[in-house]
Amino acid sequence: MNVLVVVLQLVLVLVAAPLVIGAMRQVRALLEGRCGGGVLQPWRDIRKQLGKQQIRPAGTTVIFLAAPPVLMAGTVVIAATVPVVGTGSPLDSVADLFAVVGLLLLGTVALTLAGLDTGTAFGGMGASREVTIAALVEPTILLAVFALSIPAHSANLAAIVTNTVHHPGQVVSPAGVLAFVALAVVIVAETGRLPVDNPSTHLELTMVHEAMVLEYAGPRLALLEWASGMRLTVLLALLANLFLPWGVAGHNPDAAAVFLGLVAISVKVGVLATLLAAGEVFVAKLRLFRVPELLAGSFLLALIAVTASYFFSPVGG
Amino acid sequence: MTGGLTAAVGLTGVAVGLFGVVRGLGPVRIGWLVPLIGIRLQVDQLSGLFLAITGAVAFAVGLYAVAYARAERLPRFALWILPLFVAAMLLVASAGSVSTFLLAWELMAGASLVLVCTEHHRPAARSAGVFYAVLTQLGFVAILLALSILAAATGTDSFAELAHRAATLPPATRAVVFVLTVAGFGSKAGLLPLHAWLPRAHPEAPSPASALMSAAMVNLGIYGLVRFDLQVLGPGPRWWGLTLLVLGALSAVYGVLHAAVATDLKRLLAYSTTENMGLITLGLGAALLTRSVPGVAAIALTASLLHLIGHAAFKTLGFLAAGSVLVATGLRDIDRLGGLARRMPATTVAFGLAALGASGLPLGAGFVSEWLLLQALIHAPHEGHTLLALVMPPAVGAVALTTGLGVAAMVKAFGVGFLARPRSDAAAEAVEAPTGMLAGMAVAAAACVVCAVAPAASGPLLRDVLHQLLGAGSAPRLGLLLRLPGAAGSVSATVLAAAMGVAVLLALALALAATGARRRPSAVDAPLWTCGAERLTPRMQYTATSFAQPLQRVFDDVLRPDTDVRIDHHAESRYLLSRVAYSGRLTDAIEDRLYWPVVRLVRTVARGLRRAHSGSVHLYLAYGAIGLLLVLVLAR
Amino acid sequence: MGWLRRIRRTGRFVQPAGSAPERASVPDLNGSLQLRHVDAGSCNGCEIELSGAFGPVYDAERFGARLVASPRHADGLLVTGVVTHNMAGPLRDTLEAVPHPRVVIAIGDCARNCGVFAAGYGVAGAVRDVVPVDVEVPGCPPTPDQILTALRSVSGR
Repeated sequence: MNVLVVVLQLVLVLVAAPLVIGAMRQVRALLEGRCGGGVLQPWRDIRKQLGKQQIRPAGTTVIFLAAPPVLMAGTVVIAATVPVVGTGSPLDSVADLFAVVGLLLLGTVALTLAGLDTGTAFGGMGASREVTIAALVEPTILLAVFALSIPAHSANLAAIVTNTVHHPGQVVSPAGVLAFVALAVVIVAETGRLPVDNPSTHLELTMVHEAMVLEYAGPRLALLEWASGMRLTVLLALLANLFLPWGVAGHNPDAAAVFLGLVAISVKVGVLATLLAAGEVFVAKLRLFRVPELLAGSFLLALIAVTASYFFSPVGG
Repeated sequence: MTGGLTAAVGLTGVAVGLFGVVRGLGPVRIGWLVPLIGIRLQVDQLSGLFLAITGAVAFAVGLYAVAYARAERLPRFALWILPLFVAAMLLVASAGSVSTFLLAWELMAGASLVLVCTEHHRPAARSAGVFYAVLTQLGFVAILLALSILAAATGTDSFAELAHRAATLPPATRAVVFVLTVAGFGSKAGLLPLHAWLPRAHPEAPSPASALMSAAMVNLGIYGLVRFDLQVLGPGPRWWGLTLLVLGALSAVYGVLHAAVATDLKRLLAYSTTENMGLITLGLGAALLTRSVPGVAAIALTASLLHLIGHAAFKTLGFLAAGSVLVATGLRDIDRLGGLARRMPATTVAFGLAALGASGLPLGAGFVSEWLLLQALIHAPHEGHTLLALVMPPAVGAVALTTGLGVAAMVKAFGVGFLARPRSDAAAEAVEAPTGMLAGMAVAAAACVVCAVAPAASGPLLRDVLHQLLGAGSAPRLGLLLRLPGAAGSVSATVLAAAMGVAVLLALALALAATGARRRPSAVDAPLWTCGAERLTPRMQYTATSFAQPLQRVFDDVLRPDTDVRIDHHAESRYLLSRVAYSGRLTDAIEDRLYWPVVRLVRTVARGLRRAHSGSVHLYLAYGAIGLLLVLVLAR
Repeated sequence: MGWLRRIRRTGRFVQPAGSAPERASVPDLNGSLQLRHVDAGSCNGCEIELSGAFGPVYDAERFGARLVASPRHADGLLVTGVVTHNMAGPLRDTLEAVPHPRVVIAIGDCARNCGVFAAGYGVAGAVRDVVPVDVEVPGCPPTPDQILTALRSVSGR
């Protein structure tokens, strides 16, 4: 059954990722008084891109060709590991939260190398910015992981989620709230959303993520956009289940529990995506050199979260 | 021949080391070699580990060195020094008494100094040699003092006896020995603030020597710390652990920050050595701090030792690959490299593996050890330990920042140096390294891959060392699945690598066999998208300097870059510019603030003393007489 | 919270969409049309109308059309203005960078037949003289509605 849950999770994330992106664009369009392209639009885009011509820009190496599959693969492994529908993934003991963070970073690195590989000015520029942000996000993300792993005495995801189910009080503890905010900021930065990066910008000089992928076309572009959507979806699901784990199917669940897990995670990710998109309407992109200030702030939150949970010795685990 | 000798000495080291880990080689005394004290050798598990690492590095370097020396026209003496240097390092690790240790240490320092000065016709190499000589001798003085105090206070010379008797020493003596050993061994390991020789000497030495120094010699600084501060002096007070932890964290962050903004390929690798030695020292500090919880201390120590092995593998490979680039292009400046991936594919793959390991990412040689280090830090006991509560979170932050910046440094080195298009003619005409050099790199690359996907291979080696240092049980089990002792937590680099492989295939299947594949037009090669400009010249690419510019700007308080923009206005109007000149220079801030004042002070004093040297024989006779009288009076 | 109230009060002000126009003879794009805009020498009148077409009132995004930053991401070009000598090369290069299957939409009279700039010294010709054109939108400038109809005829929605 556990293997079945993992397969279900993978299929769910693969199918739902473009829908999440579509829903977020739709929320934004509605708040701006527009109609929007519909929730299915990203799926149409991906389907069309998959059928288009492959272009191999002159002078690029195998790194350029390999980056989209590597980014996708990292995300797929994360989707198979983290508790999205159920906690019983066989990969849970193979990769804990630290390893998941490492896999995310690995995908980022693949993309930055691809940006540099093209040898264009904008590719290098995007890579430089992306790496700077990733380097500065790292302390916050690991400290937030630390804060989460203290009550469960483990950084393995199933243990954290199960522990929170049994001790719901921890979510509203000061440490829990601070860690949630820190992790939310980190997810915004990692997935290139406003105010760190503007995913719909057309101006090369303001780009971060987009600048690295300017040379991609056709199926590889589809793979990249799909993987980016999956990253966002998986991270939102992770955020939801780390702090609000109710509904997650346990170890070796029955069909009803799996169905409940499926519904629960769809609702949770839907709500989080809507909130994120609605929040984005109200903010403008930060200057690049203002981003470290935002990240330093979230780092401080995470630091206080960890230290606080040391001093207010939590129950459980 | 000499390269073969180096490799042979290395292989001997590996064999003796592995044998030592398994069995231990009892004390061997060679009385006739050195009068009065003799040479005493003893290989226990700890020595064995360091012997094996040093030997393995030497084997790869030995294979590489011959072809390198031919290509770079190194003088013959350098090639003969190389095996001597390796032998001296092996002797340090297998020394069984204080006198032998000091003798071997000095031999190692001397041999490496000669290697650093191989290319003494270049002023930079000479200056690096002076730096190295001064710092390594200062470090030696600290070690000499520490070990002399230790030997005098315990009344014995041999390590085995020392360990028994050191426990009865008064705390003040132990503290003095600790501080002196940390200074001495810390300087050899490139820890702050005595690291300044490392980013100078390692780049200037010939690449095989750089690899030996950065992947094997600095380890012996760690060996000294483990041997004397963890084993002989035993578990010390809290502040020992705290000192090592803070020193390690500062070295790691400072080192990686400089690596992230460095533009010299070998200098970048050298700073990365400071970074990794910092992480290892941080692990040692954590092990000392959590000594009361054997499980956590074992995790921390395993992390340190595993990182030592991984670092030796990827740093050897990194320096050897950088050496190939140097041979092929004559360049170390990343700003002028680029496009090597097509001209030198094997070297590019080698450096890519090394960079992946150095960045601590999954599938890299440094991942599992950094994972263990983080686990040790987060599993530190937190009930009622205010010190741990205050120290561990920033330590996790420091390790995380180190990883993040390490990724930036390695993406820069690999992405700017090897990918994209050549930024100079020399890089455009690079040719792949000769077979001998490739063979050396292949050995190191294989070690990297093993460290990355099967860290369990070093399990038995580490188990015995941990047993020696911490007692039975409690070591993390390094199997297919790495499990933490006494805490929930596991990771498997092997399964993770396999899962990534499967997932890449899945992604390719999704992209290529998707619905649209049937009607997809055939793929084409197209020129780069130039945003409508006529053509894209290599000058338009990002360079290493511009790549690191955001980081340099974010951390300018620490790095203190020296930038200067000079604007010449047009003669007719100050709104028109005729020329804008930008110059930026990045020096080591600690070096500027700490070293140069000392150097200036020494110079001033020396200038004063110089007056005493008039050249008059009468005066010198008088000095001699006064000196002799003083000695007589004092010695009475 | 003033923002939220304003959003609620304003509501949607999108022009109601008519029935889908007849499909132009272009490859089927499955209701997704990403375009790279090239100003080949326009007076910027068409650009104002274009931004109207992609703005909240006409909202071309509801028919799957979107402007993108790179021709590699695009299904075609949206060309405005006469093609000047300086822009003829870049226009060809940009089209070359678009992966197949691709379309070219020429917006405005200048793009169709050089309009008032015909026979100007800097003019290389209409868009059709430089690259093959699939769809043309007349008008000086064309209204957003006309542009929208052209986009819908390509995207098929």
